[in-house]
Amino acid sequence: MRNDTDDENLKNPTDNPENPGVSRRDFLKISGISAAVPLVAGPRVIKAAGQRVRVYGPGKVPMEFAINGKSYKANLEPRVTLLDALRDEFELTGAKRVCDRAECGACTVLVDDKPVYACAMLAIEAQHKAITTIESLTRDGKLHPIQQAFVDNDASQCGFCTPGFVVACKAFLDKHPHAGPEEIRRGLSGNLCRCGTYAGIRKAIAQVAQKGA
Amino acid sequence: MPDYAWPDAQHRTLIGTRVSRVDSPAKVSGQAKYTYDVHRPGMLYGKVLRCPYAHAKIVSLDTSAAEKMPGVKAVHIVQGPGTTIHWAGDEIVAVAAVDEPTAEDAIRLIKVEYKQLEHLVSDAEPPKSGVQEEGPLSMDAIDDMLDNQVPAGQMVSQIQQYGITEKPSEDTLNGLKEDGASDAVLDALRTAAVHAEVASKLPSSYQKAAAQTTGDPEKAFAEAAVVSEGLYGIPVITHCCLESHGSISEWTDPDHLFTHISTQNVSGIPGQMAESLKMPATNIRVHQDHIGGGFGSKFSPDRWGIFTAEISKKAGGKPVRIMLERDAELEVAGARPSAYARVKVGATKDGTVVAWQSNSWGTGGPGGGGMPPIPYVFSIPNQRQEHIAIRNNIGPARAWRAPNHPQAAVLTMCALDDLAAKLNMDPVEFFGKNLNLTKQRESTYREELAIASELMDWKQKWHPRTRIASGDMTRGVGLSFHTWGGRGHASDCDLTIHPDGSVDIKLGTQDLGTGTRTCILIVASETLGIPMEAIQLQIGDTTYPPSGGSGGSTTIGGVSSSTRRAAADARDALFAKVAPALNTQPDQLECVNGKVSVKGDSSRSLSWKEACSKLGVMPLTIRGKNPDKSKPPDLTNSGVGGVQMAEVEVDTDTGVVKVKKMVAVQDCGLVIDLKTAETQCYGALIMGISYSLYEEKVMDPTTGRMLNADMGFYRLAGLSDIPELVVHMMTGKGYDERGVIGLGEPPVISPGAAISNAVANAIGVRVPFLPLTPDRVLAALEQKAGA
Repeated sequence: MRNDTDDENLKNPTDNPENPGVSRRDFLKISGISAAVPLVAGPRVIKAAGQRVRVYGPGKVPMEFAINGKSYKANLEPRVTLLDALRDEFELTGAKRVCDRAECGACTVLVDDKPVYACAMLAIEAQHKAITTIESLTRDGKLHPIQQAFVDNDASQCGFCTPGFVVACKAFLDKHPHAGPEEIRRGLSGNLCRCGTYAGIRKAIAQVAQKGA
Repeated sequence: MPDYAWPDAQHRTLIGTRVSRVDSPAKVSGQAKYTYDVHRPGMLYGKVLRCPYAHAKIVSLDTSAAEKMPGVKAVHIVQGPGTTIHWAGDEIVAVAAVDEPTAEDAIRLIKVEYKQLEHLVSDAEPPKSGVQEEGPLSMDAIDDMLDNQVPAGQMVSQIQQYGITEKPSEDTLNGLKEDGASDAVLDALRTAAVHAEVASKLPSSYQKAAAQTTGDPEKAFAEAAVVSEGLYGIPVITHCCLESHGSISEWTDPDHLFTHISTQNVSGIPGQMAESLKMPATNIRVHQDHIGGGFGSKFSPDRWGIFTAEISKKAGGKPVRIMLERDAELEVAGARPSAYARVKVGATKDGTVVAWQSNSWGTGGPGGGGMPPIPYVFSIPNQRQEHIAIRNNIGPARAWRAPNHPQAAVLTMCALDDLAAKLNMDPVEFFGKNLNLTKQRESTYREELAIASELMDWKQKWHPRTRIASGDMTRGVGLSFHTWGGRGHASDCDLTIHPDGSVDIKLGTQDLGTGTRTCILIVASETLGIPMEAIQLQIGDTTYPPSGGSGGSTTIGGVSSSTRRAAADARDALFAKVAPALNTQPDQLECVNGKVSVKGDSSRSLSWKEACSKLGVMPLTIRGKNPDKSKPPDLTNSGVGGVQMAEVEVDTDTGVVKVKKMVAVQDCGLVIDLKTAETQCYGALIMGISYSLYEEKVMDPTTGRMLNADMGFYRLAGLSDIPELVVHMMTGKGYDERGVIGLGEPPVISPGAAISNAVANAIGVRVPFLPLTPDRVLAALEQKAGA
């Protein structure tokens, strides 16, 4: 974790945030009145759409995460994405920042076992959820069968899309352990590669699907 | 003298086999560290304010609010008031702050006033009246050339040939020097002829860049039995490296810079940074473990690499990270020049091509760009070419895998394919008939064409354009040829054998995901007779012996040759120490299977470890080099040929093109690792499908900005777009003995032409321009119906 003592603009929050649970609809309504929210950290309680809603930020607030079965803490602004928190705060750099807007899949992680683009989820939303990153797939130095299949079938070149692809493949195969070629084509369309490693990736998934993940 | 020659097939255990990439485990587990992943203690985060206009002058700049913002550690003006900006997204101010959100907020506090100037972002056919002969160069044009990294020699010859529009003041010259002008360029400017009278006229955006005639094209066209005319083209596309450009720079003391940078050119970076930073190259250390894609766009530190170092200095030497945002990556950090042409080709009745005429144009941004090598591969006896370079405000061009060749392949192979259709000939027969025009590659192409036809099942699939399947879905096949050099670059390799038997190798090269690490280890392991795992390889640092930049398919030939020479010399030096212990002469020893033994008598042997203990206490370090005429033979070579075929299915209702199958038949001399070589070809086919069907840097004429500077609208092919792919590497007699030749560029050249030809075969009409998008396919079909 990074040492934050150097940050002049760090404001010590007074309250622990719970799951904010603000829907997009509520968020839009809140944004409309955000000028009324004072510029201090910690949750404010405001009335929005007839309900009392907690608002965090814009300063840093303390957050807590469960990543790969371990607990991580950090003081982050609510606008920080899960991806940036993983990479810049916790140095879990397997998930890559490429498009930074949910288009390429290079930052794919699992949140409660579902594949998620970490660049499109705010860190504050990811609290109290089970986050699984590529770093946890290798156990005791032994590659996960999907990772081994990537190695066997030469499914990476520059490798920058690879961790996101491996995580997406794991999520896909967990759900469709015996996927056929057509399911694989459709099921992994959410990740992009520039070097053109799809041929190897397709063979890798087929290899695992045949055996059963 | 040791035998450096590559071992023949009977004496190879690893070279030419399928070996798994050694860095795969690190990549698949997320452990491989890229520049973007480097996290230095106390690191600051940089952001860049970019110009929103394609052509503008900076009037004023106010950074005071940003400088006062808490958390901001340094503000650096990259281009100040008075500067003319030539493309949208160009860098104006950089900020370093304690975290990214703070840096972003600070950028928003900077006020810039611009005076907008007229821009041109189109690369449509030049208006006849607007074209100028290459005229005297303005100081702006010189600046553009520097921005575009035009080589100094080329700049000097252009300055001498065309002269300049005004005599530069010493201030101007100093400014140019700061922008990277070499002394030779400055001297040329001081002595250049000044043509002030022409300067009163604004320089045209359309410059005649080349015109040449060979043979007697007029007579040949007049005598040709069949003449085909057509319009063909391929737009500007971007590199779209998944790891964007950028670096992390820190000053380890006031005189020493340490840079982590995403680069294809580790050894070449310090020299490029030194002049701008006014410090000796030896005080700059560069390091990179892994790179997330380059494709020709990452040879230079770039302006942002320089100002990252400068802003770090302003921030007390603290590490500063500036990696480009995705929109900037697509707008300013890499573009392949476009090429369009009206082509006329003529043949005799039997299909012998006799004449070529092309009027081509294209843009490489502010620098204009040159003519692709057309006609490509086929040396047509009578030809005339004219090329117009368009200088515009789309941003600078960069080398993109096989610079100019994919464009040349589209312009040539599509025109020839249309000629074959007009002759009513099967393209395999037509191109086969003209293969003598490929000169020294003829036999290779002939062999490859036969293999490709077989693998594609061409005879079954090809049909005349006039015989198209009825119904909504129609299929077709097409083919293309390509060539490339690929000789190994200069490379130094240090190989050390330690008395305990451990071995390490150091090279200042880089592995772009092409398998460079794997191939170096294969060569060393094969030469020393010990397993790859027993050798420790370190690359990607300027403290290691220099190797050339990874461009032009030059790396494999370079590093395999220098490694081979180092390993062979080290092996023989070891033999000299071991021979007495085995009661023999050094030349009677060999190392195989982890043992040093007497040739033909495996009972007299030492284990590798025992043998190395004879070195005494000092490790043995040997430097191997490429090229090295004193240690023959030449281990690398130049010149390859490849044939590719595509099969497509077109939905004539929607215009959607799907590639159904692609075949690549490729030679690259001696293959070191068949597995990564094949992967390189698969990857090239996939990249080719991507640029053939989807990719285009779309510019908005009104705002002058790129409309699709993100990965949603700058579309890359996805897994579901990829059909059956067949790769066949030409190996064995006739190929292996040529030595090692690069493979990065060749297989990415032909897909555009092959796929375009397949679509023409499928729908009976040419879709002139790539990418072959549904609207273009429907427009071509409509035109055909109306014809």
